Amino acid sequence: MDVTINHVRKEFARFPALNDVSLEIKSGELIALLGPSGSGKTTLLRLIAGLDQPTEGQIFFGEEDASHRTVQERNVGFVFQHYALFRHMTAGDNIGFGLKVRPAAIRPPKAEIRRRVGELLDMVQLSGLEKRYPNQLSGGQRQRVALARAMAIEPRILLLDEPFGALDAKVRKELRRWLREFHDRTGHTTVFVTHDQEEALELADRVVVMSQGKIEQVGSADDVYDRPGSPFVFSFIGESSQLPVRVAPGGNVLFNGRPIGIAERQEGDAMLFFRPQDVALTQETDALFGKVTACRRLAGTRIAEIDIANGGKAHHVEIEVPLDAAVTLGADLRFRPTRWTLFAGSKAE
Amino acid sequence: MSDSRTTPFRDPTDESPLVKLLVILVGLAFLAFFLFLPLVGVFVEAFRKGGQAYVEALVEPDAVSAIRLTLLVAVIAVPLNLVFGVAAAWAIAKFEFKGKAFLITLIDLPFSISPVISGLVYVLLFGSQSLLGPWLKSYGIEILFAVPGIVLATVFVTFPFVARELIPLMQDQGTGDEEAALSLGASGWQTFWFVTLPNIKWGLLYGVLLCNARAMGEFGAVSVVSGHVRGLTNTMPLHVEILYNEYNFVAAFAVASLLAALALVTLALKTILELRFGAGGAGGRRH
Repeated sequence: MDVTINHVRKEFARFPALNDVSLEIKSGELIALLGPSGSGKTTLLRLIAGLDQPTEGQIFFGEEDASHRTVQERNVGFVFQHYALFRHMTAGDNIGFGLKVRPAAIRPPKAEIRRRVGELLDMVQLSGLEKRYPNQLSGGQRQRVALARAMAIEPRILLLDEPFGALDAKVRKELRRWLREFHDRTGHTTVFVTHDQEEALELADRVVVMSQGKIEQVGSADDVYDRPGSPFVFSFIGESSQLPVRVAPGGNVLFNGRPIGIAERQEGDAMLFFRPQDVALTQETDALFGKVTACRRLAGTRIAEIDIANGGKAHHVEIEVPLDAAVTLGADLRFRPTRWTLFAGSKAE
Repeated sequence: MSDSRTTPFRDPTDESPLVKLLVILVGLAFLAFFLFLPLVGVFVEAFRKGGQAYVEALVEPDAVSAIRLTLLVAVIAVPLNLVFGVAAAWAIAKFEFKGKAFLITLIDLPFSISPVISGLVYVLLFGSQSLLGPWLKSYGIEILFAVPGIVLATVFVTFPFVARELIPLMQDQGTGDEEAALSLGASGWQTFWFVTLPNIKWGLLYGVLLCNARAMGEFGAVSVVSGHVRGLTNTMPLHVEILYNEYNFVAAFAVASLLAALALVTLALKTILELRFGAGGAGGRRH
């Protein structure tokens, strides 16, 4: 089921939670809505589900305008952040709920519901636990019951709100892989909300990076990491450092009035972004340099923290240095970015 | 340290045995004097002239009529307040609307004013000097000094019980479960019946129990509107008063012992429900 979000705006008590958001989700895609809290990602998910109404704009399911359809009519599978399992019902009854409440004309007979519940329990690898109550299940098991319950109504799309947020790190990793396999097997169009970039980048076909009620960038994991479209995306995804620079006529990039050995086309003030691993140490004078304030080992690499003086104040940057390079605390280190992005006219984040 | 005079470790919030004993004794003595003794007194007095006199006092027609009226009033008032309480708690806990704080204050009103005033309000509304009274009377409807007046006064006095019990419970539970049920295709009614109601059932039962105890035991408001017509508009508490004023102590305490027994049963049921609550049973707090 294709989902098209067309210039959607949502206000809560005059406070805009979403501002002119448009997005196309292709059938069978696994999409992550990624952003810090307050970025509007959960609001967008609830609008797709029909749990909230957009103030303006439309949401299409395929060709059909679903904007004014109720949540029941939209037939979406929604997995809530804290699962919202019915605590007075067993896991089996929870999963069968969506079938039990159907109008008599399209309600499957009891035996059929039981069979379907059994199938779904198999699918989420919880066979034999249908008699358990939610408080007798572990977090990961509850999560899978919630997923099976959402799948029972044969939803047109599957929506998950922070699906792994409430789980510990190990279970989270397992379930992440499991959800990817589950998606590949069932082929459902799936949208999930997360604030964990690792989760989004690893799991999703496409990542929608959101900030302050707007979509900053939509793209694959490679796109948003290697080709960030805005200063926000560059600083939000992965590690990065930023310095205010100026591009002189002729293309030399100047920091603190001095060339630093890299060139760009567009003249004027700009913000230079680079990642810790995209630098090379150098002896040349036209390079960035600063005092090493700390140095720490990080798995297979070493990270040096450097203060770069700029007039009265210092800019703090982190770069990766080879394990065999001589780095002395308090001494100057010279380096040049090997890959970088300039955002013209933008201010530091 | 070599100088190890060992003082046994004591919990920081613990007190010395003497203080503990004193606090417990004060509490128990107070309870014994103000609650236990009078309660025992009621039963002792009721049986002073033996079981025969006790039973006679209860099967006497005026007593039977008072018991019947009390039950009738409870049977009408409690379900009304059950519906009202659930509706009010639902509105307050699950929706945002203007005047919400005002509604909460209004619900508390019967707790904060004297029951006598609650009765007088109905005298003002339906009395012979009022606007409504004569008009209703022209259609042959008697409110004051009749059963409808007693029911109205009882409903007024008892309406906070169910709502007060449910509001914090439902606010705590939020709307997540309801949203889940709706997203699975359930209608509003199915959501209420299969999800909301089971979530609040223990709290609801508790509220109904307290509401019922008060409905049967209410004196002040009912006394103002009843007119004390023996065999017609006397509830059990009013009947007790009349018998007592006539120095018929055995009969008075026999009827009183029924009310005391009701209180004891309510207390026992309440304790059982609280155990269910505490154990995080079906209606307990979020897991």
